[in-house]
Amino acid sequence: MTVDNGNVKLFTEKAGIAGAAVSEVSSLEEAFQYTMDLCGKKEACKLLVSGCEEGLSSKAGELCETKNGKTIAAPALSKKQFSSLGKLCSENGFVLLKDGLRKHLGGIDIGFSFVDHGIAETGSLVLNCRSEELRLATMVSEIHVAVLPKSKIVADSYDLESYMEECMKNADYTSFITGPSRTADIERVLAVGVHGPLELHILLLEGV
Amino acid sequence: MQDAKSFKEYKSQIDEALGNDFLRTAMDNFAVAYRTGRANAFANIDDKALIKDIADAKDCAAQNIDELYAKFKEEAEKKGAVVHLAKDAQEANEIIGRIALEEKCKSIVKSKSMTAEETLLNHHLEDLDLQVIETDLGEWIIQLRHEGPSHMVMPAIHLSRHQVSDLFTDVTGKKQDDDIQKLVKVARRELRQKFTQADMGISGGNFAIAESGTVGVVTNEGNARLVTTLPRVHVALMGLDKLTPKLHDALRVLKALPRNATGQALTSYVTWVTGANECATAVDSTKKVHFVFLDNGRRALAKDPLFSQVLRCVRCGACANVCPVYRMVGGHKMGHIYIGAIGLILTYFFHGTDKAKNLVQNCINCGACKEICAGGIDLPGLIKEIHARIQDEEGHPLTSALLGKMMKNRKLFHKFLRIAKHAQKPVAGKDGFIRHLPMIFAPNHDFRALPTVAKVPFRDMWDKVKPAKVANPKHKVAIFSGCVQDFVYPEQSVATVESMRGKDIGLEFPMDQSCCGLPLQMMGEKEACKDVAIQNMEAFENSDCEYILTMCASCASHLKHNYPKMLGHDPKYAVRVQEFADKVIDYSSFMNDVIGVSEDDFLDSKGKKVTYHAPCHLCRGLEVKEAPRELMLKAGLDYIECAEEEVCCGFGGTYSVKFPKVSAQLLSKKMNNIKETGADILLTDCPGCVMQLRGGAKKNGLNVEVHHISELISERRK
Ligand code: SF4
Ligand code: SF4
Repeated sequence: MTVDNGNVKLFTEKAGIAGAAVSEVSSLEEAFQYTMDLCGKKEACKLLVSGCEEGLSSKAGELCETKNGKTIAAPALSKKQFSSLGKLCSENGFVLLKDGLRKHLGGIDIGFSFVDHGIAETGSLVLNCRSEELRLATMVSEIHVAVLPKSKIVADSYDLESYMEECMKNADYTSFITGPSRTADIERVLAVGVHGPLELHILLLEGV
Repeated sequence: MQDAKSFKEYKSQIDEALGNDFLRTAMDNFAVAYRTGRANAFANIDDKALIKDIADAKDCAAQNIDELYAKFKEEAEKKGAVVHLAKDAQEANEIIGRIALEEKCKSIVKSKSMTAEETLLNHHLEDLDLQVIETDLGEWIIQLRHEGPSHMVMPAIHLSRHQVSDLFTDVTGKKQDDDIQKLVKVARRELRQKFTQADMGISGGNFAIAESGTVGVVTNEGNARLVTTLPRVHVALMGLDKLTPKLHDALRVLKALPRNATGQALTSYVTWVTGANECATAVDSTKKVHFVFLDNGRRALAKDPLFSQVLRCVRCGACANVCPVYRMVGGHKMGHIYIGAIGLILTYFFHGTDKAKNLVQNCINCGACKEICAGGIDLPGLIKEIHARIQDEEGHPLTSALLGKMMKNRKLFHKFLRIAKHAQKPVAGKDGFIRHLPMIFAPNHDFRALPTVAKVPFRDMWDKVKPAKVANPKHKVAIFSGCVQDFVYPEQSVATVESMRGKDIGLEFPMDQSCCGLPLQMMGEKEACKDVAIQNMEAFENSDCEYILTMCASCASHLKHNYPKMLGHDPKYAVRVQEFADKVIDYSSFMNDVIGVSEDDFLDSKGKKVTYHAPCHLCRGLEVKEAPRELMLKAGLDYIECAEEEVCCGFGGTYSVKFPKVSAQLLSKKMNNIKETGADILLTDCPGCVMQLRGGAKKNGLNVEVHHISELISERRK
């Protein structure tokens, strides 16, 4: 597949407007390293997940307590990829999860994923996530790190019609993701992370 | 939820809402920010063309609703979902309740669904001892407060951070502070915990794609993604109007929906669910998925030639965002469950006459909603139509019936106006205003001064003011003056004639013309309105004019658009009424675009400092935006643009009599904006607006003269 630089540029701009942090990486190793750095920096001196420091009901508070240590979930990696990410995690003292994410609804620091497509017009990611674990990793985490090959960026959603129609021939779950989870429900003030990630990091991958 | 038992009670609720300062400030800020946000979002998009495409596609889907449903069911069931059709709200609730019981569910998490609000699903489920939690932040807040939504997209827009903080203090048992970011994080944790327990997730659906049996859900918060993932049972409830043939239709709506709703290019999440997906806690690791479609009158609506367009609504809420009345009174007073312009209509169809009859009167007919609607629905037209239908069902109020009778008879009506001239003597002031209002209007109508009826109506002056016959006129024009310019402000008509002096215009004034009929339509007197239309059409058929010129924007848009709507389907009138309508033109367009006056026609001296009010029926009704502005500049006037120039002044004809306090608020906002321009003169293109604005300036002691644009144009002629 070829890379359309116009689309890459527009995607970067629109994803930025939607509140995503977009960077370029030249290899998967670089993407892993980015994730390590991010996890290390994240609330470096405390292990609390977002909201746990506020006054919560006792039940919600209990859920917060189920989290210990910094966790990264990466359910959709190949064996080889998983083990190289796993090595980095153990060097840094993070827990890497592949499945069983339902046990971690109290909080996961980073969900790591490869996304299938990007839509330049709106700066959206297209993630096919029939796998429940992948859905959870990208929803329950505080930060979603998504790797998007530049060659997979299309101009607008219409360009993905046949791809999506193919997916929808069977049971399927596909999401468009544009920026972090947000709300403006209280006094129209924008606040991120009401349900899903508070941050969305998109790593544009060269080549592939 | 609007629950007034009588019109009187409704009005007093409205007045109460008008006193809510928080609400009004919030709404004002929102209205102004929204306009810019939307414009930016559509910057590189031909929104009119997109809206047209959506309207056509949705119309086509509505005509094939049964086939689409059958196809959807077949496809979705092939992929493991179960599809249900409910004829009404109760049946939908029963289906969902049954699923919950059969699947032994106890706790339910919901993501926003207007359809579930429509059926009052939560009540039903709670009666079955099920715990139902709304997970959309705004919905959760109003659920905790036991209220209904006050906006389709921002359900809790009427609440302040303090109210939310107090509420969360109650809910968590811990003192909360007022920081919105913190409150949102509290909600995140509290709701996350609810997700861990839930057995069933209920969502709405923005799209139901027949070809693949896919449901598409649009959210910003991402709760729909959790609702459709975590619990072992998923039920999506949606109206039959969400059915659409192909993915492409959904993607097209998606281009307009978030842009129109909040000025975003796309919401954070769009979730496409096809069939039964993986779910670790379900039997066989496959989720139980049920799609429930609600008819509740939609199929009947699809067959209605006029109202089927209602099914084009994509629930973007934009019609509320721009509605000046909604902005004043908020959603709880401008809708039953669905709110804003579309709410007034849907309430009638989904919740019945009783719930709709007061609401439906609360539209000032400004057309702001129609201009912006993602489905291109003629919202004000339909609102008026429903008002008329309700009156036909329930009987016409005496005043409106009487007025209808009188106005049907032109001679009688004009006689009444002539008598009024004498009758007003005891109350008429020397300044052209009525000194104090007769008892029927007092006291709420005292927010503006009302004009007196002129000594001599325009029709009696015509012989004197009409220009000499032109041998070979460039344009043959017949004047339609409208009642106000004929009987109250004849000087505006005189100025019109004067302003085209020397331009080779053949002018005539057909004496058999009467009121355009718009006030009758506003009151729901459809038959009388039609009679008057026929009389006017016939009055002008005797003249061989190319143009029917009216200096009243409301008359112009009524003559041009509503006459063909009223008479066009009758073969006896169809061609004639279209010919009539095609000739209708407003003053500014005629002067600027047809005659093409230029700087050379006007005095060289520096003109006065003026500002402008764009009448609703001109800028939206006729889509005339530039002509008056160009005209003012050509005439050498020092034109200063006014903030919110195209927002309604609150006149609305009979509306201002029915809802004087809303009208007064709109007027006072206008007055402030005008004051800020520092202009000495305010111009507009409609005698009704002149009446409202001049009256308002007088009452407010605002030192601004208010005139019809023709008056300054004629004054500045060389
Ligand atoms: S026409 Fe104006 S007042 Fe009536 S519903 Fe639409 S926006 Fe509101
Ligand atoms: S009627 Fe039009 S503007 Fe109002 S919610 Fe529906 S689509 Fe949006």
